Amino acid sequence: MSYDAAIIGGGHNGLVCAAYLAKAGKKVVVLERRHVLGGAAVTEELYPGFKFSVASYVVSLFRPGIIRDLDLPAHGLELLPLETAFTPLQDDMGLCRWVDPERSRREIARFSVRDSEIYPEFGLTMTKMARFAKGVIDSPAPDPASLKPSELLELWRFSDELRNADPESLYMHLKLFTMSSVDFLDQWFESDVLKAPMSVSGIIGTYLGVRSPGTAYVLLHHYMGEIDGAFRSWGYSKGGTGGLSLACASAAEALGAKIRTEAPVDHVLLENGRARGVVLENGDEIRTKTVVSSCDPNLTFLSLVGEENLDADFVTAIKRYKLRGSSGKVNLAVDRLPRFPGRDGSAHLRGDIAIAPGIDYLEHAYDEAKYGDFSSRPYINVVIPSVIDPSLAPPGKHVVSCFVQYAPYHIKEGAEHWPAKREAFGDAVVETLAEYCPGFEESILYRQVLTPWDLEQQFGLTEGNIFQGELSLEQLLFQRPTAGWARYRTPIRNLWMCGSGTHPGGGIMGACGQLAASALLGSGEL
Amino acid sequence: MPIPSPFHSRTSALCHSMLWKDWAGYYAVRYYADCHEPEYFAFRHSAGLLDVTPLFKYEVHGPDAPSFLARIMSRNVAKLKVGRVTYVCWCDDQGKVIDDGTVSRLEKHYYRVTSAEPSMHWFERFRRGYDIQIEDSTTRLGALSLQGPSSRAILEDASDADLGALEFFALTPCRFGHIDGWISRTGYTGDLGYEVWVRSEDAEAVYDAVMEAGRLHAILPAGLDALDVARVEAGFVMNGVDYFSAHHCLIEDRKSSPYELNLGWTVKLDRAPFVGQEALRRELESGSDRRFVGLVIDWDETERLFNSYGLPPELPLSAWRDGRPIYARDRQWIGMATSGAWSPTLKQNLALAQIRSEFAEPGTRLQIEVTAEYRRHTVTATVASLPFFDPPRKRA
Repeated sequence: MSYDAAIIGGGHNGLVCAAYLAKAGKKVVVLERRHVLGGAAVTEELYPGFKFSVASYVVSLFRPGIIRDLDLPAHGLELLPLETAFTPLQDDMGLCRWVDPERSRREIARFSVRDSEIYPEFGLTMTKMARFAKGVIDSPAPDPASLKPSELLELWRFSDELRNADPESLYMHLKLFTMSSVDFLDQWFESDVLKAPMSVSGIIGTYLGVRSPGTAYVLLHHYMGEIDGAFRSWGYSKGGTGGLSLACASAAEALGAKIRTEAPVDHVLLENGRARGVVLENGDEIRTKTVVSSCDPNLTFLSLVGEENLDADFVTAIKRYKLRGSSGKVNLAVDRLPRFPGRDGSAHLRGDIAIAPGIDYLEHAYDEAKYGDFSSRPYINVVIPSVIDPSLAPPGKHVVSCFVQYAPYHIKEGAEHWPAKREAFGDAVVETLAEYCPGFEESILYRQVLTPWDLEQQFGLTEGNIFQGELSLEQLLFQRPTAGWARYRTPIRNLWMCGSGTHPGGGIMGACGQLAASALLGSGEL
Repeated sequence: MPIPSPFHSRTSALCHSMLWKDWAGYYAVRYYADCHEPEYFAFRHSAGLLDVTPLFKYEVHGPDAPSFLARIMSRNVAKLKVGRVTYVCWCDDQGKVIDDGTVSRLEKHYYRVTSAEPSMHWFERFRRGYDIQIEDSTTRLGALSLQGPSSRAILEDASDADLGALEFFALTPCRFGHIDGWISRTGYTGDLGYEVWVRSEDAEAVYDAVMEAGRLHAILPAGLDALDVARVEAGFVMNGVDYFSAHHCLIEDRKSSPYELNLGWTVKLDRAPFVGQEALRRELESGSDRRFVGLVIDWDETERLFNSYGLPPELPLSAWRDGRPIYARDRQWIGMATSGAWSPTLKQNLALAQIRSEFAEPGTRLQIEVTAEYRRHTVTATVASLPFFDPPRKRA
């Protein structure tokens, strides 16, 4: 069997890329190291009867066009929107933001009447701005340093959109690109309990604090769904995030792609500086016209290709690419729903729960991380998808997913010492939650703690970075992963990239896989 | 999920239709029994009692309250006499309307403002340097609107107020038995009518007192559907229907100035600076692009159109607010009808519209889109001055 393309890694981007290539009539093989598909978007039954979205836990901005193109609902995809955003406090019933704007207004007004009224206006302004960001996600990033006609045309198209924007939006963009999320939110709001959970969207997966400059623009992501035809940007995938990956895999297979699990790639097969296929760890050679890596740039170039096969300058650029994971994951099976004081029922548990009681709390959490410790009182983003999707846990019982920041990969003892600190990290998370939800620790039946070290070992995410590289401005657009190589091509001919380390970056968007496939198909190499 | 108003125990017991709307986060009755028409006729022939608690209410206290509110409002409310109410709108710096409502002067240094939307953040933006306190009293106060020719007699029975002496757009403190409250000679129906303001904890007792007094005067509890018809007849604009607050518009074209909403009469330009003054002055000088007008949709043409399909004319059963395009006679698009209703009193098919100024002269014949048997047509609509219905008792 000969293939047109081998795709390294069966994560959601690899699978989307494979499906698009297969749809264009190409012969494709996907090679996944693990026994399960999905990469970081994976569902596993870690404890009998409990299915966990082990790593990535919510779907954000998955491109609606991909759902339509690949007919994913026919392959089992169901996205269920997150309905609430709940910020518990220790001595109060906290703040819950609901789908109903009037209900949210009443909740916010408990802390600030002014904020409660400005909140929808903020949303409107962000929606206005997100219109431009959407265009950026849906097409490759134009390179302003290039004089190629196609790049200039793209730049012109982009600048044309900007020219049509009202000056206010342009100034606002400049603010978003340069300010910290807290500074930006301070210009709008006064209440800590509102600003804190909003500000964290600027730091997810980065080794920065909410007061670090440049973190503001990620706030836009939260409003992009509104203009996307996706409406309500954050959602669960039925069956966990692995459900989405399996739908992509099923679509790819139906289009003729071959998918192999437990097929770890050892290295890319190079002949005369060209990629000619891959060599598996068991020594098998698979010869193909092209190779597409969905692994992060570090793994792709420094391990699968090898420094010796690349220009020194390029290697330096890849080594400069910031990965430095800053978060961990704690997955819990519980025998009952958590009870937060002042809140009955489960309506407030149908979305995400943010342990982010104030800006200073978040900044303190970052302080510890800056000097190589995990946060003793971290920011935790909790979701309980079994409240909405009963297929994930036995009746009455639940799976609790905790995204935890900060857990820096580079702890001061050295990353390899993480296993010795793993349980202490898990304890800090459970103790923190119990401070907001008394008795929570007694409901726990099973606990899985994933440190950034574990994320690297299990998922091949270098330094445990969940986005295959920080989503900081200097690593986005035409500089992702590095200047000159933001169009899915690599310096090795016939070797391409399609992972989150490419434009437009991380999150379960599928855009990297889709754009890579379209670039590859347009290149004439296949 | 809406919340109940302080009158909810009473209104929900009466609401046999089980039809509710979300009005600014409160449960609000659409109509109580079979349809809204009896309630509409109560507004015009006896009295209809409507829970208007969801209106936002703000109490502004302090020595600088007059100058503070004059700075924000289209009118010079510093000149408003104690015991008087005035209708105003307020604008942004570009002179585009943010909201409309009433300002009452309860005491020399005490005003009450009502609005359709939450306005605290807007007021707070200008409070610096003024010696005032602003309280959002929306939940602390319950409000009822009693509209119709019998409303005076009913409230004279239910309260101790001397309503014969209470002029149009005046207000007075009063007592309902032992309960303190306020009555203002205001409303949103264009008829004789009053609004009653009481503390939330007294709401049920006052509701009972008004309903009890009303029994002898054919009072009916009324809902929003009846109000919608009455306010179209009265030619009143509605925020979120006939225009959009400048705070909610993604595009400039959606915003409206007071002049474009037929609210130019609420703007007093020659006075101390107020928000939007310069922009409004410029617009007054250069002229407005659009006007807010009444349209009467030609009945005979409508009838002929439906007859051509073998159908009787189909009338909207209640007021509509879904927007219809308006064309000049040469088929050029010149604006939109934003709401409308069949007037049971005038026997006319009415619409409120925002159209290009050069077509706004009363008597101008335009075309409105009408759908008959799933096909789009146009029918003549003639520009009329507002209000459509203006009975002498409104000001009596």
